[in-house]
Amino acid sequence: MAGVADLLEDKDVCICAGSGGVGKTTTAAAIALGMAGRGLSVCVLTIDPAKRLADSLGLAELGNDAERVDPALLEAQDSPVEGELWAMMLDAKATFDELVARHAPDEESRERVLRNRIYQQISTALAGSQEYMAMEKLFELHSEARFDLLVLDTPPTRNALDFLDAPRRLMQFIEGRSMRVFMKPTGMAARVAGRGAGVALSIVRRIVGFDLLADLSEFFTAMSGMVDGFRERARRVDELLAAPRTSFLVVCGPSGEPVDEAVYFHRKLVEAKLPFGGVIVNKVHRLPDYAGGDGEDLRGGLRTALDDGDLADRVAANYADYLSLAERDSRNIDHLAAELRTRSVIRVPYLDEDVHDLSGLADLNRFLFAAGRDPAATATDG
Amino acid sequence: MPDLLDRRLIFVTGKGGVGKTTVAIALGLKAAAEGRRTIVCEVSSQERTSRLFNRATVGFNEVEMAENLWAISIDPDESLREYVLLQLKVRAMRDLLFRSRIFTYLAAATPGLKELVTIGKVWELAQPDRKVKTGRTYDLVIVDAPATGHGIGFLQTPRTFANIARVGPVHAQARQLEALITDPERSGVAIVSLPEEMPVNESAALERELREEIGIQVDRVYMNGLYPERFSPEETARMEPLASSGGVVGAAAGAAVSEHRRARSQRAQLSRLRRRVEAPVRTLPFVFEPEIGLDEARLLARRMG
Repeated sequence: MAGVADLLEDKDVCICAGSGGVGKTTTAAAIALGMAGRGLSVCVLTIDPAKRLADSLGLAELGNDAERVDPALLEAQDSPVEGELWAMMLDAKATFDELVARHAPDEESRERVLRNRIYQQISTALAGSQEYMAMEKLFELHSEARFDLLVLDTPPTRNALDFLDAPRRLMQFIEGRSMRVFMKPTGMAARVAGRGAGVALSIVRRIVGFDLLADLSEFFTAMSGMVDGFRERARRVDELLAAPRTSFLVVCGPSGEPVDEAVYFHRKLVEAKLPFGGVIVNKVHRLPDYAGGDGEDLRGGLRTALDDGDLADRVAANYADYLSLAERDSRNIDHLAAELRTRSVIRVPYLDEDVHDLSGLADLNRFLFAAGRDPAATATDG
Repeated sequence: MPDLLDRRLIFVTGKGGVGKTTVAIALGLKAAAEGRRTIVCEVSSQERTSRLFNRATVGFNEVEMAENLWAISIDPDESLREYVLLQLKVRAMRDLLFRSRIFTYLAAATPGLKELVTIGKVWELAQPDRKVKTGRTYDLVIVDAPATGHGIGFLQTPRTFANIARVGPVHAQARQLEALITDPERSGVAIVSLPEEMPVNESAALERELREEIGIQVDRVYMNGLYPERFSPEETARMEPLASSGGVVGAAAGAAVSEHRRARSQRAQLSRLRRRVEAPVRTLPFVFEPEIGLDEARLLARRMG
């Protein structure tokens, strides 16, 4: 049974992926803290962390550059941190701007792109641009080789596939046939779209307005000189994602839908030949580690122990509710382990307190880094 | 201002994983039970609605799920096609346009166009006099909006688009959509939140952005998944020593102590939410069932007040 430290042995990139609302940001931060505690220099790339988590890491003013978490804050924790913990908050727009600046042949074409209203929408609003920029930043930091380990908290996507698909969609957009239709000279449109395209274009122009088409034309014309640069970069980002020293950790919750989503995401990882490391299930209602007695035993025992029949009944009812959730979680995790054909299912129990500071992260790490010593924290064979 | 369910259109929004779909359906069930012809719209093609009703996928069709309650999954490509068909009355022009695939290219090349036609379809569903000939008239359209992820994306689309396309019919329609979603007489917005740190922060930020960026006043925030307060602090204190005593009695006492702590932490988050948002906060109970199905959604509908 592996803990996160075993899963990440000899890895230099860890990508935490999963659907929204499953605790990815918190998990990524906890993993980074735990690995820093093992002597590594670690940087966590996060997106939009909760204010108090950001505050506790000293990230309030962070921009698009890595900053070191104050060692004094880490030392205030019970277990001293041997390595370094760095963090940054991703700014997708700034990253996209940097990318355009990198690939622009000259200042004029750079300015033309940055000023274009279509570009301004794409860099902030186009589906996939944020996901791609997260990967781009990851690639950039990895090339700089400043850190032993990079932990990426992926953006909240509608579903996990949106993340994997992002570079392809963005490249398709930038280099695709769609752009040529709208590029100058207009004769191109006819060749791409076939007979009658000129008429079709004029109908479209009547519906959407001339200025939109003019902006599109200007944008794609300005981008055309950068396509090769973008394509080469995207290829290298893909290589990094598929590298043997990269590990994808799938994060999910224990109820049916997040588990289905994790199964689906794992399948997509395998299909894309990307390195799957393991799965982390958050907020698990744990089953008690004994063979439970029947209802009467419990009720009788509680009545005796509490000397309060009404309270004893409420405690028993609460326990029954809890057990039904614990049984569901156990079933779902068995299903998950079987579908993923993995023993690396790390269970993090549903803690009594919400996690949003360093000591909360350290609490999580008792389970994330359990490394088989605490059988209750990890799954048995699926 | 009319009561939330008396508007024509309600957007249910919030971050991922907070239970937007369940709340949207519960609102739909409540409105339908009160006699309103209601349709719930999914916009992310995930077919969660049909899953909850344990029915075959609905797709881009208006399918009756219960008395007075319909569902549709709005597909942007289908919406765009429908939009073009409604715009162009001359058949030869439509054929030419579809054959040239130019609109497909345009949709792929223009950021926000797919979201715009999605909201356009919502608008069409909400018309007293439907543009789609076979369409029925609804009293209420409920939109299970995409997860907010970052900012207010989806609801901002009409304004954004009106700025991209500065003239022409699309510009005019984007303005019309913006007018509809910012009109409190016709449209309402409900945010769904959870009693935890991050969702509370994000709900407050979302409400503020909607107000400042688009001019939408949020009507209601649903605090979803609230634990009951089953035990008093005194009772919990009596159980704490028992919790470490082992066996089934110890496990049950431990579960009760944990339950009390979570319920207390949730009440603290509920107070934070009430302090930080302007809209009235309504609470919805945590459902102690393995999966949320129709019965649970009906239960929530009855508890919506």
